[in-house]
Amino acid sequence: MLANLGFAVLVITLLVSIYGIAAALYGARTRREAWVLSARQAMLLTWPLVTLSALCLVALLVTNHFEVEFVYSVTSRSMPGYLKATALWGGQAGSLLFWSWLMAAFASAAGLRRWDRDREFLPWVVVVALVTLAFFLSLIILFENPFARLWAAPAGETVKAMFAPSGAVLVTPGDGQGLNPLLRHPGMIIHPPMLYLGFVSFVIPYAFGMAALITRRTDDRWIRVTRRWTLVAWLFLSMGLVLGGRWAYDVLGWGGYWGWDPVEIAAFMPWLTGTAFLHSVMIQEKRGMLKHWNMLLVILTYCLVIFGTFLTRSGVLSSVHAFAQSAIGPAFFGFIGLSFAASLALLLSRWNDLRGENQLTSLLSRESLFLVNNLLFVSILVACFWGVIFPLISELFTGQKVTVGPPFYERTTGPMFAGLLLLMGIAPLSAWGRTAGRSLGRLIAWPLAASLLVPLGLAFSGTHNPAALLGFWLAAVVTLVTLSEFWRGALARRRINKEPLPVALWNLAGRNRRRYGGYIIHLGVVLMAIGIIGSEFYQQETQGTLAEGQQITLGKYVMTYDSLAEFNAPDDRLVARAVTTVYRDGQKVAELYPRRDFYYVSQQPMTIPGVYSSLEGDFYVLLVGWEPIGSSGATFKIYLNPLINFLWGGSLVFILGTLVAAWPDRERKRAAARVPAGALVPQSK
Amino acid sequence: MTHHRPSTLPRAALILFIVGIGLASVVYSPASPARAQEPTPSDDQVNLVAKQLYCPVCENVPLDVCPTQACVQWRQTIREKLTAGWSEQEIKNYFVEQYGARVLAAPPARGLSLLVYLLPPLAFVVGAYIVYRAVRTWRRVARPVASPPPTAEDDYTRRIEEELRRRE
Repeated sequence: MLANLGFAVLVITLLVSIYGIAAALYGARTRREAWVLSARQAMLLTWPLVTLSALCLVALLVTNHFEVEFVYSVTSRSMPGYLKATALWGGQAGSLLFWSWLMAAFASAAGLRRWDRDREFLPWVVVVALVTLAFFLSLIILFENPFARLWAAPAGETVKAMFAPSGAVLVTPGDGQGLNPLLRHPGMIIHPPMLYLGFVSFVIPYAFGMAALITRRTDDRWIRVTRRWTLVAWLFLSMGLVLGGRWAYDVLGWGGYWGWDPVEIAAFMPWLTGTAFLHSVMIQEKRGMLKHWNMLLVILTYCLVIFGTFLTRSGVLSSVHAFAQSAIGPAFFGFIGLSFAASLALLLSRWNDLRGENQLTSLLSRESLFLVNNLLFVSILVACFWGVIFPLISELFTGQKVTVGPPFYERTTGPMFAGLLLLMGIAPLSAWGRTAGRSLGRLIAWPLAASLLVPLGLAFSGTHNPAALLGFWLAAVVTLVTLSEFWRGALARRRINKEPLPVALWNLAGRNRRRYGGYIIHLGVVLMAIGIIGSEFYQQETQGTLAEGQQITLGKYVMTYDSLAEFNAPDDRLVARAVTTVYRDGQKVAELYPRRDFYYVSQQPMTIPGVYSSLEGDFYVLLVGWEPIGSSGATFKIYLNPLINFLWGGSLVFILGTLVAAWPDRERKRAAARVPAGALVPQSK
Repeated sequence: MTHHRPSTLPRAALILFIVGIGLASVVYSPASPARAQEPTPSDDQVNLVAKQLYCPVCENVPLDVCPTQACVQWRQTIREKLTAGWSEQEIKNYFVEQYGARVLAAPPARGLSLLVYLLPPLAFVVGAYIVYRAVRTWRRVARPVASPPPTAEDDYTRRIEEELRRRE
């Protein structure tokens, strides 16, 4: 009953979306306001409709309706209620429904904004948002229906279908297969929603960009309208990436957080273009330049979002055969190809309208440094995209399968990331239009000199890896330059406004949140870079088989193996849990319990590490193997991940910075002049 | 306002920077840590080889940390080969012969796979050239035009700078 309701509502939503698209197109063509408004109402209606459908599925999930194939495949009776509910995004069909729900929510939120100043955008934003939604709804209805049920055909085999095939009877299995154990982790419960929020909210800037192109309104209005959307999208995408890394670190049991897996890269690629976009829109706002480029970036980001959604859940890129066999793969590629071609054609047809209003006057200006920043981000994107699709190309042309793994990505993108760090150190000191080489030299001189102390000190204390030294030096440059920016600004404010230094600092950031929020983000990135450099270059590992009471040494740490127990946990898994004690410099610092869970139903092992964290780094131990009977021994794999907590701490600073930059302005309603920086000029003026 | 001839220093620095990154992305590769040799192959020695291999079944999980039974057997094979005195490269070649190039973490740089390594640096260099050309064209167009009036933010920066100078 609920399944029928959920499915019917989805079909109705699809019809409503199609109506909305048609009404918006007709209204825009004939300039009949009533049709446009009706299209908007249709868009607003999609959210409650998809909500109802998603609630039907959640109700089926939590009430063990195993006759529904999706429920059967992702839940089981022994799973706690909250896991059953969040199993909504534990499989492809439910994920697509969840995606559509978020898409409808964002489309409705965009529909509810005040449109009085950009009325002409409305029908086109409705069209883009609803086309995207309609595509996902059709995928669900035609190929990946989460409401499809299991039927026993007269011949005896079980088939999956929405409605009873002739002569078939409904099958209700006694229990479900349960959620993939890897996904039963708090990180995996919040990671997909964050990622999807990031994906979906990038659709809105794209919709406005397309609306601006279609209506030939080529000022930067669309960028100003969507600035906050973009920042929020970017924030969620960043959080999704970090949470995914944390989940991998806690659950996948290989000592790392980022394995350059195609699924990770799929989420990383829109982040790259999104970050490039966030920087280059500033050039358009301040200088009226790069209009084509910004359109191209937002188009790329949209296509990569769709590509990412497809890649993260389907796994069909793993081989040509898997791709050819899945119905959903060609549909996705068709949609991506069509939207890319159509957007590009639109951009080309408006090429001459988008001419820049200013010219670049100097190579050493903030805008030219932003150009280099964009070049680096896009080059990293090219490397990532190439690495993801190359195995398919190789298989198609030579029949040979290849793996493109971490060594490729580290080698190609490493220097580009270093280049980005260097830019982060220089660009904040440069000015729009032109920077006098001398003034830049004067500003950068002392941070540069002071930063050299870091690699020198490290070299003296025994760090000799040139790449790591370079990385730490760049981190020091960015930190010092960024802090000096805060310091200079605060001193100037104190001087002009007679404010005490802390107040001056607060007001400085408050008066130009975007700029200083951006600096805080840079500081977060630096902290993350320190964590990445530390754990990439200085990770140590060892493995050994110990009898009870024996010990193993790694770096300053000694670990003793105390005992091991095997027992059945209530949620159908066999747990083997070791007790170990960790000593640092002879002092006991922690008792750790690395374990291996074996899930009976899915026949899947899961390795959960024991971790002792400190600012210095993590002591990370995995239980690799053990003798089930007696206590002859257990095998442990141990990693030392130096400085890794800078990565997690840095990501918090990063999020804080994004919040500062995206926080709504009190003076938001001020006239949208080309340079809204009037508020920057101190009030005493 | 007169037009200042931009000094060649920043341009040279920018070009150097871009060429440097292009070169570095071709040349640079992280070194693997050296380990002491022991008479019998220790787990660490086995893992050092296994780390660089991927089994065809467990996608994207390096062999040294893969918990499946098949991967345990592969590690055992590596141990046997090491005991028999095989070098790291010989063992890797053996697995490539048995299972194809996909067992390697990255494809060998020959044939079509050479493209894997060439395209990203090439794309970067081409991109850099496009940016460079665009900037040059813009500047040539801009040359006769006077510099734009300073924006308010520049004004603010200038005031801060003035303020700082007064302090010195």
